Amino acid sequence: MDVILFLVFAIIAVVCAINVVVQSHPISSAVSLIGVMGSLAILYLLLGAEFIAAAQVIVYAGAVMVLFIFVIMLLNAGTEVRKGRSLMVQVLGVPLLIALLGVLAFFVQRLYPRSTVHFGGFRGGSALAIGRALFTTYLLPFEITSILILIAILGAIVLARKELE
Amino acid sequence: MIDSFVVITLIKVLVVFAVLMTTLAYLQWVERKVIAHIQVRPGPYRVGPHGLLQPLADVIKLITKEDLVPPYVNKPLYLAAPFLAITMALLSISVIPFGPEIKVAGYSTLMQLTDLNIGVVFVLAVSSMGVYGIALAGWASNNKYSLLGGLRSSAQMISYELPLSLAIAAPLLISNTLSLRTLVEKQAGGILQWNVLHGPFPQIFSFVIFLIAAFAETNRVPFDLPEAENELVAGFHTEYSSMKFASFFMAEYANMITVSCMATLLFLGGWMAPWPAAYGSSFVPPAIFAIAGLIALYHGVNYSRKRDKYTLPAFGVIFLIVAGILLLPVVQAWLLPLFWFCAKTGAILFGFMWIRGTLPRFRYDQLMGFTWKFLFPVAMLNLLVTGFLVAWFS
Repeated sequence: MDVILFLVFAIIAVVCAINVVVQSHPISSAVSLIGVMGSLAILYLLLGAEFIAAAQVIVYAGAVMVLFIFVIMLLNAGTEVRKGRSLMVQVLGVPLLIALLGVLAFFVQRLYPRSTVHFGGFRGGSALAIGRALFTTYLLPFEITSILILIAILGAIVLARKELE
Repeated sequence: MIDSFVVITLIKVLVVFAVLMTTLAYLQWVERKVIAHIQVRPGPYRVGPHGLLQPLADVIKLITKEDLVPPYVNKPLYLAAPFLAITMALLSISVIPFGPEIKVAGYSTLMQLTDLNIGVVFVLAVSSMGVYGIALAGWASNNKYSLLGGLRSSAQMISYELPLSLAIAAPLLISNTLSLRTLVEKQAGGILQWNVLHGPFPQIFSFVIFLIAAFAETNRVPFDLPEAENELVAGFHTEYSSMKFASFFMAEYANMITVSCMATLLFLGGWMAPWPAAYGSSFVPPAIFAIAGLIALYHGVNYSRKRDKYTLPAFGVIFLIVAGILLLPVVQAWLLPLFWFCAKTGAILFGFMWIRGTLPRFRYDQLMGFTWKFLFPVAMLNLLVTGFLVAWFS
């Protein structure tokens, strides 16, 4: 059951991810990206990380992608036109992509030669466990990330003000 | 054992779905009646006694209407949007608990479809996905009014989700759980144990913030700018007709029910009675129905409209029978919690309608300024004070 669900949602995620690149309209790409985020959340759920799954849906599928779609709708971006592609892209594009995927698969295989996945075997996915980990083991990275985000917000405000004046 | 689980779950799904659909249809009748009485007119009165068959007539009308798809729309997204809206609106009811564990014919089961240990977060996640139905409908319609409606709704929903989440977080700090069932069980034992009045810091502020943000999240008056009919024709659903329009309509009402249930569970103690049964709280529901029945009988005898001579006594007798059923000890174990849950949720739903009949619509800049400059800081402050006091007293 778990394996079937995993295969179904993994395939949906991959197909949506390809669709993000292939689609010519920004809204269609964004909707495909929501599909990727949603199926990733279900994969997290299958692995036993229910809080991360819910956070994935709230933050990525719910908030970030709504902002993306909002901006695309606000700018009223139209369909992208396919520009004349150079000879190198036409000849080398597909072989290079396959080579990259092959190299990635090779390294993953070499790094984790005997790893298997136990569905539901992971027990650290509850809100309690994540909260405890964030405020004990990973306190420093957590605080540094919050400062990083603060800097990003300040930068955005400074840039927006310059635009106004 | 596993078979009985499957059968019981299927029965529960069917019951909850049927009750929810009926409530959706009749909520609209109740709303029309409430608004009508606020405006001193009788409201729907022709189809059935007191217009009680009006929802049925509306459903038949909506199903048989011509289903137009304008030629200039983006077809896949145009067709997917109402489906998305209604799915997300109905999905969150699956984790809402209506009452305690009950025993029926030897099987014990929860009055809830599933008890997730992250129920609160699940409802938040599903409701945050609901905005796509409206935003994509507005964009895919390829109509400038629809687009404006979709834009407004996505901006409004992002903005009001922040105070909403912060207002939800504060009672969670007191109850110390994310499961909706445990949340209610911790509020047992009378009105002073409900999160809205519970120490160390009564959550009255976050209750009000939650309600205001919930009005905005469900696009209700005074925050119904996505469909402001005097500026945007009908907003995001201008180009939708027949059942596709009905899907948006049902999604709005289903969202109203969900947020009312959430307010009941988070702040008002769910299905718990306002004071313990030892002090006679179990006699309140029969008394309410008995009084309602007697009032209906009185007005049936001294009728003001000719038709009331027969309909009001019938209603009175029905109310008295319900009061009698509520007194039976056999069904009290599960009917009384259900009564309290429905009464609290219904009171909040009535508040929704009352405000619709009272307040005018916000201006768009007022809407945005209100949430970012007032609601969000207040919710933040409330969360900080709650967290500090919970840490201090524990």
